[in-house]
Amino acid sequence: MNDKRMPENVLYIDLSKKSFKIEKRPQLFRENLGGIGVAMKLLLEECPQGIDPFDPQNPIVFAVGPLTCLFPLASKTVAVFKSPHTGNLGESHAGGRSAVSIRMAGYGAIVIKGASNIPVYLAIHGDKVYFRDASTLWGMGSNFTVGRVIREHERGAGLRTIMRIGRAGENLVSYACVTTESYRHFGRLGLGAVFGSKKLKALVVSGKSSIQLENSGEYRKLYDEIYREAVESEVMKKYHDLGTSSNILPLNELGALPNENLRTARSIHAGEISGERFAEDFLGRRLACSHCPVGCIHIAALREPYEDEPYFYKTSMISYDYEPIYAIGNMLGSYNPAGILKLMDRIEALGLDVMSTGVVLAWATEAMEEGLISKKETTGLNLKWGYYQDYIQATEYITSQPNEFYRVLAKGVGNASEKYGGEDYALAYGGNEMPGYHTGPAAHIGFAVGTRHSHLDNAGYSIDQKHLGEKLLSPEELGENLLKEERWRQILCSLVLCLFARGIYTPERTTRALLAAGADRMDEKALMELGKKIHSEKYKFKIKEGYMGETAGIPQRVLQTPSPWGKLDEEYIRKTISYIHSASLNQ
Amino acid sequence: MRLSVIDTELCVGCQSCMFACARLQKDGGLASSSIHIRSAGGMEHGFVVVVCRACQDPPCAKVCPTNALIPRTGGGVRLHLEDCIGCGYCREACIIGAVFWNQEENKPMICNHCGYCVKYCPHGVLDMRKEEACKG
Ligand code: SF4
Ligand code: SF4
Repeated sequence: MNDKRMPENVLYIDLSKKSFKIEKRPQLFRENLGGIGVAMKLLLEECPQGIDPFDPQNPIVFAVGPLTCLFPLASKTVAVFKSPHTGNLGESHAGGRSAVSIRMAGYGAIVIKGASNIPVYLAIHGDKVYFRDASTLWGMGSNFTVGRVIREHERGAGLRTIMRIGRAGENLVSYACVTTESYRHFGRLGLGAVFGSKKLKALVVSGKSSIQLENSGEYRKLYDEIYREAVESEVMKKYHDLGTSSNILPLNELGALPNENLRTARSIHAGEISGERFAEDFLGRRLACSHCPVGCIHIAALREPYEDEPYFYKTSMISYDYEPIYAIGNMLGSYNPAGILKLMDRIEALGLDVMSTGVVLAWATEAMEEGLISKKETTGLNLKWGYYQDYIQATEYITSQPNEFYRVLAKGVGNASEKYGGEDYALAYGGNEMPGYHTGPAAHIGFAVGTRHSHLDNAGYSIDQKHLGEKLLSPEELGENLLKEERWRQILCSLVLCLFARGIYTPERTTRALLAAGADRMDEKALMELGKKIHSEKYKFKIKEGYMGETAGIPQRVLQTPSPWGKLDEEYIRKTISYIHSASLNQ
Repeated sequence: MRLSVIDTELCVGCQSCMFACARLQKDGGLASSSIHIRSAGGMEHGFVVVVCRACQDPPCAKVCPTNALIPRTGGGVRLHLEDCIGCGYCREACIIGAVFWNQEENKPMICNHCGYCVKYCPHGVLDMRKEEACKG
């Protein structure tokens, strides 16, 4: 079957030769669906083993899926690459207009290889690819401005994505992000630095292809079923009203909200940075990714006076979410929303991953308090809990790297603690700074073994909360639970769905949606098998590239600070990790 | 009844309305939509909803050399595809840019005020209103 509805085109771009080609690969999409399934195959084809992440041969792969455009909440794009942050598998997801635009341009996947000799940005309009000189954009102070210039210079308003890096990516900060549509990010694992190493400043994709619908009555019925559920469900309402920051209060209540670099997991001040507080005092606008009726993106309007001019003000529009608030709010011992927003604005302008940046600054603050570093290293900055003026300057230094200390900070908390000490409270897993959930053992085991070291890999935080008050699961039971979730998520991320819609896309409904989208018939069992296969491929890739698997480190701080499950037992964590490790290799 | 834009400030830019309109044309993408959502110069400024506003004396119909666009009772036009020669004058005449173009067939695409998209706008931006009640 070669259905017109299934994606099949792969666009290959060579930045060294400034050339491109389009290949039809229907088989690739039929067997692996799209998203992470297809992207992983392309990575295995294109990425030589053991390669330096900044080698021109390191490929950047973007992939969308068979449900993209056809169903609501299939709103994400998957990017894979070798990560300069962990030296291992890089996988990052973003929404905005990226997924719909890539599919409307006619592609299921885009592979970018090589490196340009001069700064360029790529303009992909349907089947045309233009290599545009980006010398003028290189070094530009704010990522927002880069977006504006390209917006005004390229066609396709409303039907395009504009992905770009800031100075952090240009300067190869290993946790630089790629920003899309001003407020969405391929945030984690340093895709921005890979762009920078290729002298690729930005990527615009637009197009107007159509997807012919056969049997549109059936399709429309299923569409309506999914759409209704999306707009009527409670979760979706929560994410529209307050957004992900609605999680601040419940997590604090639980004693699972990391505070001051996880010295504690609760604060009496959490109410000051809650989703409710941000909405009441700052919410200026809500936005949605393309084809997402929910609209969870919350933008704050921050009005600030100019210091030396009376009655002069500027208003900045700054996006906020749970994770950024965690990383540069409570982790930095600060409960000052305006401070958080100002730092956030700076981090956006520079194009840093806010989560890693926050955890890095939290480590540096503690290290300074402990006397491991001094003003000599920080070039005069006083890194103290909640001192935003100094934190803002520190992000600038992480980007421009004026001395050895900032060069090391620009490589993450693992590298920094290796050089300066404070390993016990360097909060990272597999080299990636930890997400904001100290809910219990499942969360941390999930970070350790998850192929992205993300809470989104296997939702350990949700297992912790679901079973709180019950008896601890056995290591095998917990291992199975985490694995099952991570495997199923490979399917959701092959389609590529927003993970907030995971409750709507049950396995049963997913099989129907796939059929309506022109994929081969696959029952639930076949989908589970495929999920397992994709997960195993990723895990094996990681082991080959040097991931420690079984012996992966757990920061001491995590074991010392009580969680809602009390102090975590290292032995139990080790056993569970070891179970997952063997099960992932032997599938 | 005609399609009316109630409050663009409520628009989150999800484009569900565009997908709905295209779906009616058996297109699973966006190319066949007669309503268009784009940012007002960056998403921080919100969105612009571009769609036929059902003019009482439609300029697009006035410039059509073959009378393929017939003014509709209650405002707007009906497109008679078989009479359309694809000259594009109507597109030039619409100063809000609400005459879209089907590149493959070289014909205009104009909202016929069927109201289908309204059902898919989750945030109350769009509605069907009686002509007299419309100011938007
Ligand atoms: S009212 Fe009907 S024709 Fe007009 S934009 Fe909406 S769906 Fe399209
Ligand atoms: S469906 Fe409503 S909220 Fe979504 S883009 Fe259209 S008008 Fe805006």
